[in-house]
Amino acid sequence: MTRLAMGRNGFTPLRNRGPLLITALGLLVALAGIAALGAGATGVPFARVVSIVTGIVTGHSSASTGEALIILQVRLPRLLLGLLIGAALSSSGALMQGLFRNPLADPGLVGVSAGAALAAAVTIVVGDTLLAPVIGPLPFSALPVGAFAGGLITTLGLYLVATRQGRTSIAVMLLAGVAFGALSGALMGFLAYLSDDRQLRDLSFWSLGSLSGATWTKVAVAAPLILPVLLLTPFLARGLNALALGEAEAFHLGVPVQRVKAVAILLVAVAVGASVACAGMIGFVGIVVPHILRLTAGPDHRMLLPASALLGAALLVSADTVARTVAAPAELPIGILTAAFGAPFFLWLLLRRQGGIVL
Amino acid sequence: MLLARPLARPLARTLSRRALIVGPAALLVAHRAMAAASARRIVSVGGAVTEIVYRLRLDAEIVGVDSTSLYPPEALGTKANVGYVRALGAEGVLSLAPSLVLALEGAGPPDALRLIEQAGVPVVRVPDQPSAAGIVARVTVIAQALDVPERGAALTREIEEAFAQLAQAKARVTRPARALFVLSLQNGRPLVGGQGTTADAILALAGATNAASSLNGWKPMSDEGLIAAAPEAIVMMDQGPGGAAQDPFAFPAFAATPAAGTRRLVVMDSLYLLGFGPRTPAAARDLMAALHPDQIGKAGQP
Repeated sequence: MTRLAMGRNGFTPLRNRGPLLITALGLLVALAGIAALGAGATGVPFARVVSIVTGIVTGHSSASTGEALIILQVRLPRLLLGLLIGAALSSSGALMQGLFRNPLADPGLVGVSAGAALAAAVTIVVGDTLLAPVIGPLPFSALPVGAFAGGLITTLGLYLVATRQGRTSIAVMLLAGVAFGALSGALMGFLAYLSDDRQLRDLSFWSLGSLSGATWTKVAVAAPLILPVLLLTPFLARGLNALALGEAEAFHLGVPVQRVKAVAILLVAVAVGASVACAGMIGFVGIVVPHILRLTAGPDHRMLLPASALLGAALLVSADTVARTVAAPAELPIGILTAAFGAPFFLWLLLRRQGGIVL
Repeated sequence: MLLARPLARPLARTLSRRALIVGPAALLVAHRAMAAASARRIVSVGGAVTEIVYRLRLDAEIVGVDSTSLYPPEALGTKANVGYVRALGAEGVLSLAPSLVLALEGAGPPDALRLIEQAGVPVVRVPDQPSAAGIVARVTVIAQALDVPERGAALTREIEEAFAQLAQAKARVTRPARALFVLSLQNGRPLVGGQGTTADAILALAGATNAASSLNGWKPMSDEGLIAAAPEAIVMMDQGPGGAAQDPFAFPAFAATPAAGTRRLVVMDSLYLLGFGPRTPAAARDLMAALHPDQIGKAGQP
C-alpha cells in the first residue's frame, strides 16, 4: 500500500488496466463455464450442448433426451451453483481481509462457517430422531436450512458481543470468533462421538464440500441470497479503501465506519451461510483468491471486490469440472482440487514478488 | 497430467464418435440400438449388493460398481468404478447409461440419487439390516428388482440353511468367548464396536459375547475401560487404518487383558466379516471356530 501515492480517498484513481483486468476475468469465467457445460462423464458433442442450451433460451428445448437432461438438470444447475458459490466465497474473503485489515482474514472469521458447521452437525446427528417430525413433511432437507440459520445466528451473536455503544470492535469480534471456533470444534467433536457410523461419514463428507448435489432448487435458494450480496459489495469499496488507513482516519475522511462494518459483516454472513448450506465447507477459495488479485492488480477495493468475485467463480467452476471428470464416473471432493489448482499458483506469485510483497 | 486428462478425454470421445457417425441424430439412434441389444445395464452400489448380484449370476449385466464392491475381486477390476457409496455423482452414474441402479440404503448423496431417478433410471434401495433376516431381505429385494425371483428364492434358501447349520454349531458353544472388535488402533487408541454395530451383530452370530456391549456404536475405548472389559479375544480387520499390521498386545492396556495371556487375535477380511451378504454365515462360522477353538473344531465345518 505504501507503494501507491495516496489520493483523496487514500487511493489513486483507477489505472487503465482496471477495466482490462475485469474484462479478462469475465472472459475467464465464460471459458470456465463453457468448459463446465461441455465436459463431463457423458460425452456429449459440443454442438449438441450449444443447441440444448440455446434451446432453453428460445423455449424449444427437447428435455426428453438423455443428453438434454444431463445438460439441463445436472451440468447447468451445477455450473450456476459453482459460479454463485465461488463468487460468494472469494468476494467475502476480500471483504473480510479489507475489514480486518489483515491478509490472513478469511470469510469464516465472523463465525459463519463454524456456526453453520455446528448447526449442520446437529442436524445430521439428531436430525433423524428429534427433527424428523418437524421437517419430515417439508419438501427440502433440513441440513441446508439448519446450516444457513446456524451461520447467521452465530454471526449476529458475535456482532452483538463485539458491539458496545454503537461501536463494533473488530479485534473483539476476531477474538470472540476464535473462541467460538474452539467451542464449536469441541461441540462437533462431542457430536461425532455421539453419532453412528453413517452419521459420521455424512459429517466428514459434508466437511469436504461438494457441488455434487446441485439441483435447480438449490440454485433457486442460493441465487436470491448471493446475487444481492454480489451487487451490493462494490458499494463498500471506497469505505474499505479508507479503512486501510485506520478507523480514525477513515472516519475523518467522511466514511460511515460503523455502517461499513455492519454491512460488510451482514453481507458475508448471508453469502457464506448460503454457500456452506448448499455445498458444505469449501476452503481455500475465500482466502487465496483476493490475495492472488492483490498481488497482480494491487489493493484497491474498487477493483479487488468485483475481480475477486469473477476469479473465485472461474476457479471454483474449473475445479468442479476437473473434480467430476478426472476420475469419471466417480467424483473427487472439490476441496482437494481448489487447493491443488490455487496453491501452487499462489506460491509462485508469492515467490516471484518476494522482496516487494504488497498485502 | 491432472489437467490434461479431463480436457483430452471428452474431446477424444467426441471426435471419435463424430468420425464414425455423422450428425447427432444418428448418434442418438445408434445409442438406443446399443442399449436395446445389451438389455439391462445395472449399476450396483454397496459391497453386499454387488456380491448378491454376482451370486444371482447377473454379473454380465453390471456396468458399474462403487468402490466398496471389493468382492468378488474382479468386480472392481472389470466394471467402471462410480466412486464411494456415499459420494456418488449423478452424471458419472448416468454416463454409464444404466437401466437400473441398485443402491444400498444410505447410498448418496440423496440429491444425486434423485437426479438419477429424474433421468428415468429406476433406483432400487436395498435395505441395510445387519442380521440373518436382513440378508434374506436384501437378496429378495435385489432378485425381485432384477426379475429373477426363482434364483433369489434358491439363494435365500441356501442362506437360511447355512444360518440353520450355524445355529446348530452355535448350540455346541457352551461357554461364549468374550470378544472385543477393534476397528482401528491409531496411536494405540482402539476404536471398538459397541451395541448396534455390524461388529456386535457378527459377534452374536458367532456365539460370542461382545466385550464392548456397554458402548453404543463405534467408540474409542479408554485403557481402563479396555482392562475392565476383559476381552478373551481381539478381533481385527486385515486392512484399513491400524489394521493387522499392528500387534495390539504390544500396547500395555491390551497386554493386561486375558486375551494377551493366550494371544488370541483373530484377523479377518472386512467385507467378508462385516458385509452382511451371502458369505456371512460362513464368516460367522469361521469367526466362531477361531473364537472357540476348544469347543468348535475346524473339522466340524460343512
